[in-house]
Amino acid sequence: MNAVMRLPGLSVPLLAVMALGVALALIVDLRLAAIVAAWFGLWALNAWMAERAVPGARILVPVIFGATLLLIWELAVRQFEVSAVILPAPSAVAARFSDAAPTLWADFVQTIIKGAMSGYLIGCGAAILTAIAIDRSRFLQRGLLPVGNFIAALPIVGTAPILVMWFGFGWQSKAAVVVLMVFFPMLVNMVQGLRATEAMQRDLMHTYAASYTQSLMKLRLPAALPFLFNGLKICSTLALIGAIVAEFFGSPTVGMGFRIKIEVGRLAMDMVWAEITIAALAGSGLYGLIVLIERRMTFWHPSQRQ
Amino acid sequence: MHGGRRLAEVTLQDTGTGSTIPARLARALRGALPVLSVVLAIIVIWYLACIPMNRAWTEDRAPDGVALTFSDILADIWVQERPVLPAPHQVLGELWATTGGEAVVRERRGELRGNPRSLIFHAYQTLAPTLLGFVFGTLAGLLLAIGIVHNRAMDMGVMPWAIASQTIPILAIAPMIIVVLNSMGISGLLPKSLISAYLSFFPVVVGMVKGLRAPSPMDLDLLRTYSADRAQVLWKLRLPASIPFLFASLKVGIAASLVGAIVAELPTGARFGLGARLLTGSYYGQTIQIWSALFMAAICAAALVGTLGLLERLTLRRMGVRP
Repeated sequence: MNAVMRLPGLSVPLLAVMALGVALALIVDLRLAAIVAAWFGLWALNAWMAERAVPGARILVPVIFGATLLLIWELAVRQFEVSAVILPAPSAVAARFSDAAPTLWADFVQTIIKGAMSGYLIGCGAAILTAIAIDRSRFLQRGLLPVGNFIAALPIVGTAPILVMWFGFGWQSKAAVVVLMVFFPMLVNMVQGLRATEAMQRDLMHTYAASYTQSLMKLRLPAALPFLFNGLKICSTLALIGAIVAEFFGSPTVGMGFRIKIEVGRLAMDMVWAEITIAALAGSGLYGLIVLIERRMTFWHPSQRQ
Repeated sequence: MHGGRRLAEVTLQDTGTGSTIPARLARALRGALPVLSVVLAIIVIWYLACIPMNRAWTEDRAPDGVALTFSDILADIWVQERPVLPAPHQVLGELWATTGGEAVVRERRGELRGNPRSLIFHAYQTLAPTLLGFVFGTLAGLLLAIGIVHNRAMDMGVMPWAIASQTIPILAIAPMIIVVLNSMGISGLLPKSLISAYLSFFPVVVGMVKGLRAPSPMDLDLLRTYSADRAQVLWKLRLPASIPFLFASLKVGIAASLVGAIVAELPTGARFGLGARLLTGSYYGQTIQIWSALFMAAICAAALVGTLGLLERLTLRRMGVRP
């Protein structure tokens, strides 16, 4: 006990609370006690690592936390024999993931690559170009910014049935939904970004007799990059949501939204969770990719300094 | 960042000189002019877009061998019953007919029930879970943010996962959550509001972690010289300092919450609610109904965000933040 007391982050009261929790759980149910003990044990390990600033804690702590959640999920499902119809164990999901890999890959290509990515690129590209186009007109900016902000707050995903009617069941209609969903958040961010230069910087460009294009390329666009990446990050999630939700309104017999809808109906929850895993991996992957590019390109920004 | 910008907006508002009523009115008009012209442009483009979109239907219905003149087509294009793209006045007409023209409740078998023809009733069916979920989500987000700010392990362990959780298209699991909860015997308001809560908790966590860390080291040092404990620092310094951030994230959160409630209705065959209205509209090709439901959703979103904006102004004024 004495050795533990000296560890920062783990005070005696905290350990006492943990022990009490396990004891209480033990009274109720042995299985519950095992789960609570696992939770507290790994939490204590995390707390200790975080306080001691163990090398690599930045990565280890969240990894252990994630692993804890998975472990508790698995334990809870196994010990309480939760029906697979309600919540499949992570191991069952993993098994299904490798079994149904070809189907999952086809769904991934249909929804993420064809639907979400094409819409994401078109929508963000169009928004960036629009922002640059209206950049010279103060009047248009002042008008578009509030309207864009308003539209960005609307449930645009509701236009999915209309767009599916217009563009058919294929991936094109999903891309159209994604374009609509990402356009306005991106536009608002980009317009703000292009205005993010300081008067001193603009004056400097003026003293250099820089043309509009020169000051755009050398000052305004680089200054807008942090806003650009902020918009790209927000839109990456929106793109996936748009592509998947649009499939609920009609799709060919392939695609993640289609599969989720069908498998929910058949109560094959392990397959649904496998699709969700794909969506999560794709979403985190895209987000991570954007963060990496952002670090490369906006290394000068205060938020990127180590 | 978002919160900071809001704060800047609040402090920058109304700094112009001239406080007589005509001067104020003129200033308001000058501010509104760009917005009004953009809105007007959108309406004009919309009307024009109706022509190519609805033209095929008009031409198909024309008797064989009769060449339609352009004015014939124009006469039909904005009054079709199931147009590909309804004109704004058709949508507004439907919106009025289903709100002002229909009773919200009606008597059926001796009971007062919601009238499924009334869009207000559908909006209510969506707004109730939206607000409930918003309250849950905000409370959870607040607690999580307070935990993250006070506990290093939570900061390092939970925060990355909270961010990762948002890269997951959560709406994708909306159908599953509802089916699972239904199979456990939970139905009605709760499943929908759970999805709303999940969507609205994240902006609150991110905003509040920033807000609770907003006090400068000077402020924190001052409280240390008062020998304030952590709870006192939280109540008297961190929470008040985080209010602008809180409102900024609440506005984002409630919009997300509404989207969550609408999408939650889609895959489950809900009979009432704005999402259900979208779905039945798309099944039966009732485009005007879809658009009016969309407009209603937009009105709800604007009203919710607007109410929060008003609350924000009142609170900040109460707290002595002078505009």
